Amino acid sequence: MDPILTAFGLVFDPSVMLVILGAAVFGMFVGAMPGLTATMATALLVPVTFFMDPVPALGAIVTATAMAIFAGDIPAAMLRMPGTPASAAYADESYLMARKGQLDLNLGVNVVFSALGGIVGVFFLVLCAPSLAEMALNFSSFEYFWLACLGLTCAVFIGTGDPLKGFVSLLLGLAIVCIGIDPAAGVPRFTFDNVDLMSGVNFIAVMIGAFAVSELLRGAVDLHRQGHVIVPQVGNVFRGVGGVMRRYWLNFIRGSLMGTLIGALPGAGADIAAWVSYAMAKRFSRTPEKFGTGHVEGVVEAGASNNSAVAGAWIPALVFGIPGDSITAIVIGVLYMKGMNPGPTVFTENPQFIYAVFIIFILANIIMVPLGWAAIKSMKQVLRIPRTILLPLILLFCIVGAFAMTNSNYGIVLMLIFGVLGWFMEENGVPVAPMILGLVLGEMLEQNFMTSMIKSDGLWLAFFERPIAGALGALTLLIWLLMLGRGALTALRRPAQA
Amino acid sequence: MNEVSRRGLMAFGVAAGAAGLLARPALAQSRYPTRPITLLCPWGAGGGTDATARIIGALLEKDLGQPINVVNRTGGNGVVGHSAIATAQPDGYTIGIITVEIAMLHHAGLTNLTYKDYRPLALMNEDPPGVQVSASSPYKDIKELAEAIKAAPAGKMKASGTGQGGIWHLALIGWLQAMGLKPDHVRWVPSNGAAPAMQDLAAGGVDIVTCSVPEARAMLDAGRARSLAIMAPQRNPQFDTVPTLNEKLGISYSTGAWRGIAAPRGLPDEMAKTITAALERAYKAKEFTDFMNARGFGTVWADPDGFATFMGRSDAAMGEAMRAAGLARG
Repeated sequence: MDPILTAFGLVFDPSVMLVILGAAVFGMFVGAMPGLTATMATALLVPVTFFMDPVPALGAIVTATAMAIFAGDIPAAMLRMPGTPASAAYADESYLMARKGQLDLNLGVNVVFSALGGIVGVFFLVLCAPSLAEMALNFSSFEYFWLACLGLTCAVFIGTGDPLKGFVSLLLGLAIVCIGIDPAAGVPRFTFDNVDLMSGVNFIAVMIGAFAVSELLRGAVDLHRQGHVIVPQVGNVFRGVGGVMRRYWLNFIRGSLMGTLIGALPGAGADIAAWVSYAMAKRFSRTPEKFGTGHVEGVVEAGASNNSAVAGAWIPALVFGIPGDSITAIVIGVLYMKGMNPGPTVFTENPQFIYAVFIIFILANIIMVPLGWAAIKSMKQVLRIPRTILLPLILLFCIVGAFAMTNSNYGIVLMLIFGVLGWFMEENGVPVAPMILGLVLGEMLEQNFMTSMIKSDGLWLAFFERPIAGALGALTLLIWLLMLGRGALTALRRPAQA
Repeated sequence: MNEVSRRGLMAFGVAAGAAGLLARPALAQSRYPTRPITLLCPWGAGGGTDATARIIGALLEKDLGQPINVVNRTGGNGVVGHSAIATAQPDGYTIGIITVEIAMLHHAGLTNLTYKDYRPLALMNEDPPGVQVSASSPYKDIKELAEAIKAAPAGKMKASGTGQGGIWHLALIGWLQAMGLKPDHVRWVPSNGAAPAMQDLAAGGVDIVTCSVPEARAMLDAGRARSLAIMAPQRNPQFDTVPTLNEKLGISYSTGAWRGIAAPRGLPDEMAKTITAALERAYKAKEFTDFMNARGFGTVWADPDGFATFMGRSDAAMGEAMRAAGLARG
């Protein structure tokens, strides 16, 4: 029988459909709760999928993660708390839109562009997985080093306000990454003989602290002051989305492509994709000054980007068994467990399973729109809960989520420390986002720098010897020079104006 | 103070329980376990150790009639999870999967824990290292590669597979020493595990990867890499075209990454016997063999005494290799 037909038969089985629907609701819930993340959703599904057939097992993971990455946008807009790390890049922007009375438009844009971005990612996964994986495979530590540099450069664009404070935040993040076992020499650093510190600083626990707990603290401080609260508007979330599409279609396309690409690169997932896309949107916008005031442009690009990265990450995972992000790192284990060993043979040995996964991917992105709409509606009801009850409830979920990251109290301690630190930083005008970016990319930067230097026997020029590395390096240096030049120019002009 | 008194209470509880066991042996046998058991895993969800833990957990669950929860305690090159197993209450409700790293971490000065801090229950698995090269590499077999390594100046060739001083690094060192070369004749490029190392091999970043063959499988199947040999006494039936070092080079060097089940040291005898018996039935179960074969993982069995002797040998061998390479500290 034709494998595609078999695949349809496998997917449109009542019990499989039920699993997908259940996983979708589960993903929506986990994503919409600040503190609970998509990675955690996948990890929670592993013991459940252990006893399932391959198609429902993978279907559950695909659906839950796709939903969670979108649903993270909802609390970002309503509470300024990203539901998952992937929404952190534009949580501020979304929240500001909501304060301007554009909550409906923001959520409509998020759900529609998440679904469309997801479909673009699946499109590339289905049509050019082998050739895209081929490209990702050519990246060695030299190329990754430059990519990490480019990623860190985004910190300049995402931090609003004082660039000096942005740098302080970035360097703080890079310093925190040094805690734990040195990735090159295997020597413990700043661990003070503490076993937990040897595992380093778990960045998801940090993000839960820096974004959700700090916001809870802020909410607790002015609990009785009104005006901070967004009055839930009950309107049509899809009104105006068409206009946004006509105006910002280029952002959507660029975001989806960038997301797929970043997802396909081993080690970088939806969260980095969102940040890079948000920075790109601002850099190439005709109205960059509107960013940070509740402007929809960056939300379109980053919202599409993080969902396309979900599918993109499956590309190297399926073709070469190399995880594209923390979710697919778990997925690969499930694939092996189900006898679908990753590799090109997975397309020839069990094609019906792979086609079934693709069909579920498309299906998940389609049902995201009605289910997302339902989730938005019900979250609006949640907002009616008095803040004195809502905030402690969210804290509860944050504690659960942080605990789950390390399966110990260490995660909770990290969350609390960075919650207070994040609150303190924001109150003093130091942006938190660059610190998180430093934390996410710091290890990639250090490890790839060290391994590259070991490989090249200490020769610096090796960073430019390989063609892709050379091009990336030249690009990075050019961007830095331009930025320095512009900075010098404004510094020269300022006294003249004053 | 608090900790001490809590331990004291616990000891009292265990003693009381033991007294109960003595009084009604038949009934007590059917009693343990009476609640869910936690199986700690020092490595992340989705990895090989996690998969092994989960299949063992699933079979134990069927056998013992209580849920077995696999909990991942990761980080610190395995120190975090191994410490959690050693320091858990020895009440029979926390056990763990321990790996070859316990024979290495204390030599590297990362922890004071050794295999002696556990009550061994059973050895379940061992995987030998392989020697993988890129598909575009000029070396067609292990002999050509060995000649090229000997001919190359020290440090010219690069190998990867895991972090600095990790098991596959020690495998490389052992092999080089067996060939009469210095431990750093081939330079080690630390990586975040076998999969990134295999990717770097395909990308042309390193010349050799010494991870196990099942870990290299996706790239081998993709035609991106070739496995030239394994460092084991016999071929692996799952990959029977890959020869041993002994066959091709006359070097009998062999080592391996192993996994076994252990409990905190103070676990009472009766409980240990119950779990070991259940583990033996799990090891003989068709599900276990099928699962391990499907992943290409090797299966070996050793009872508690055999496992303890095995770990002692492993510990000595790892210590020797690490001292030779200057990786031992403290």
